[in-house]
Amino acid sequence: MSSFLLGITIFIALLTVAGLYRVAVGKTIFDRIIAAGLVGTNGFILLILIGFIFERVSMFVDIAIAYALLNFVVVIVFGKYFDRGKERYP
Amino acid sequence: MLVQTIVAIIFILGGVFFLTVSSIGLLRFPDFYARTHAVGKSETLGSILVLAGLAIYNGWELSTAKVLFILIFVLIANPTATHAIARAALRSGLQPWTRKTKPNGKDDGNDNNIEAGTG
Repeated sequence: MSSFLLGITIFIALLTVAGLYRVAVGKTIFDRIIAAGLVGTNGFILLILIGFIFERVSMFVDIAIAYALLNFVVVIVFGKYFDRGKERYP
Repeated sequence: MLVQTIVAIIFILGGVFFLTVSSIGLLRFPDFYARTHAVGKSETLGSILVLAGLAIYNGWELSTAKVLFILIFVLIANPTATHAIARAALRSGLQPWTRKTKPNGKDDGNDNNIEAGTG
């Protein structure tokens, strides 16, 4: 089971690199924001998987809760900041 | 191998499938509003399937309750955040992508409007 979780962790890390490509390239600022949200979501899934691999779940789950809350707050704040009515998007 | 472990592996593999679909959609879809589908739905379902698999594998502990808390939080927060960003984009004047059509209404078949995300 540990080697299975290690393979899953490496695969999700590669998917996170795909999200980072959209953060670096992506056309509008909103593409970059939702891609950063995807990177954050994959990030705390990776944290919980790393906790299972090292068998220190109780510590890594607390860090993952903090990451999930921060990820949500960041995306909501950017949504409020760029919600400028008729002003053009950057 | 325990039945618990087998069920956990099935859940995690299903979740990784949906996470893969989400990343491919984020790379390949033509504009922002299409990409919100990939992030808002596939990513949420993949995340909650992986977290449910890990919770089943862990058994009854305090850590499992915390994993389930993250699961419920992701289930509520991830579509909400995606909706907030899509609403901000629409109110800022970002035009949705449409495939160009000929005057007779037929599709001319090429994606020459694929850069619509810029303007």
